[in-house]
Amino acid sequence: MQRSTNQRAWFLVLPVLVLVAFSSVIPMMTVVNYSFQDSFGGNEFFWVGLEWYRELLRSERLWDALGRQLLFSSIILLIEIPLGILVALCMPKKGWLASLCLVLMALPLLIPYNVVGTIWQVFGRADIGLLGRSLSDLGISFNYAQNAFDAWAIVVVMDVWHWTSLVALLAYAGLRSIPVAYYQAARIDQASRWSVFRFIELPKMRGVLIIAVLLRFMDSFMIYTEPFVLTGGGPGNATTFLSIDLVKMALGQFDLGPAAAFSLMYFLAILLISYVFYTVMISSDKAEPQS
Amino acid sequence: MNKLRISAPVMTAYLLFLLVPIYWLVTMSFKSNAEILGSFTLFPENPTLENYRTILTDASWYMGYVNSFIYVSLNTVISLLVALPAAYAFSRYRFMGDNHLFFWLLTNRMAPPAVFALPFFQLYSSVSLFDTHIAVALAHCLFNVPLAVWILEGFMRGVPREIDETAFIDGYGFTRFFARIFIPMIAPGIGVAAFFCFMFSWVELLLSRTLTSVEAKPITAIMTRTVSASGLDWGVLAAAGVLTIIPGAIVIYFVRGYIAKGFALGRV
Repeated sequence: MQRSTNQRAWFLVLPVLVLVAFSSVIPMMTVVNYSFQDSFGGNEFFWVGLEWYRELLRSERLWDALGRQLLFSSIILLIEIPLGILVALCMPKKGWLASLCLVLMALPLLIPYNVVGTIWQVFGRADIGLLGRSLSDLGISFNYAQNAFDAWAIVVVMDVWHWTSLVALLAYAGLRSIPVAYYQAARIDQASRWSVFRFIELPKMRGVLIIAVLLRFMDSFMIYTEPFVLTGGGPGNATTFLSIDLVKMALGQFDLGPAAAFSLMYFLAILLISYVFYTVMISSDKAEPQS
Repeated sequence: MNKLRISAPVMTAYLLFLLVPIYWLVTMSFKSNAEILGSFTLFPENPTLENYRTILTDASWYMGYVNSFIYVSLNTVISLLVALPAAYAFSRYRFMGDNHLFFWLLTNRMAPPAVFALPFFQLYSSVSLFDTHIAVALAHCLFNVPLAVWILEGFMRGVPREIDETAFIDGYGFTRFFARIFIPMIAPGIGVAAFFCFMFSWVELLLSRTLTSVEAKPITAIMTRTVSASGLDWGVLAAAGVLTIIPGAIVIYFVRGYIAKGFALGRV
């Protein structure tokens, strides 16, 4: 849509600006302050310059958490995106069955994050959980509280359970926007199922899939509550991702300086990714006008 | 034919995968602790409502739901009130810095709540709003206002400009046009935006737990503390979990056609 230039539109945006500034800029500035200062209890602060940043960048703790985080996000994307597309392709196209599938699929998305953690916590326990019990009856020893691999497995499965539907819903919305004529043309050409997918469905889903990939990447990059409830970051540090580590540092140990420096670097990383996201999204908006 | 042969089993398997863990939580909520820990049963042998009774009669439990509802509703109202004019401005006008502003809003949706936990705690403590509903509601605006602006902007772009122009020619002032003509036209969009604000505020734990201690403690935080403190009251924990799923499960039916649009920040 053609938009007209009108500087007075700023007044309409002002409330948002004030509110978001209050809840993001002011807190952000305190973080910036802390990241350059040290305190010995009380309210005495000393300027330490870049000391915290240097210390953090040298500490293994940050790099380990970052490594785990990247590994986790990659596994999540590799499983959820193809699975989500597959589910979307298999969904009924219309009728009450389609509505039912939509509602059931969206259910995990609306469960509070810590309840998601709780569900899997009880589901995976060998003594009272269906999954844990079944696995131990099959002779597989499974204990996510002590075995690092098991902990990873259950955290990944939980995230797949929680968020694959999001990818599927977005892909489904993309599929629905394909006119029937395309499929008819494909049938006349006797195109195989694979080429229908490759040359009609996949290109048409491009826009929504970009959104799905970036949302999933970003949300898995800041995952906190679910693994916190499920494994508490353990066993040891095996499932301590960036957010969990940060909260431990800031609210658990009250190491304000390092935590603030950590926050800023974390936020800058997210900012960078957001920028890529925004650019890609805007350009795909332009390439494909809204229907 | 071919399609049906593959589709139905895949879909069934996927839905089973989604529903079995939820089913397990629900059955557990109807079992006594003795049954949960003692015998392993697929169905509750002696279904009991005891767990739900505990929650609904104990103020320290059910006030959690009340608190959650209060701040979630406050947040939804605030988010929509400020987002409506802003979304209108973004969808209709070009102005200095509009693209930068839009991007900046997006970064707030993408900001990790963990980064804001500590500064929020200090900010709201210093203005003595700590442990109030409004504090949590304002904190959740951090990600809900940008989301609401994005969703509403998507819906408003679908309304042709000619409508605005005709109304202005007919002598409508801006406020009257906005309230009487424009808002009813994008009512579905407002519904969807409200739903998503409600939902993201409802499921969030980290900020709401950090900003509350007693008076405004949400149900989700009460649940986590019960796990760590007394540890083993699984039946009550399961019942509390089931009760948090119900509101989402009800409203989801009304917005089923728009879920994808909401999650895609209004761009499907």
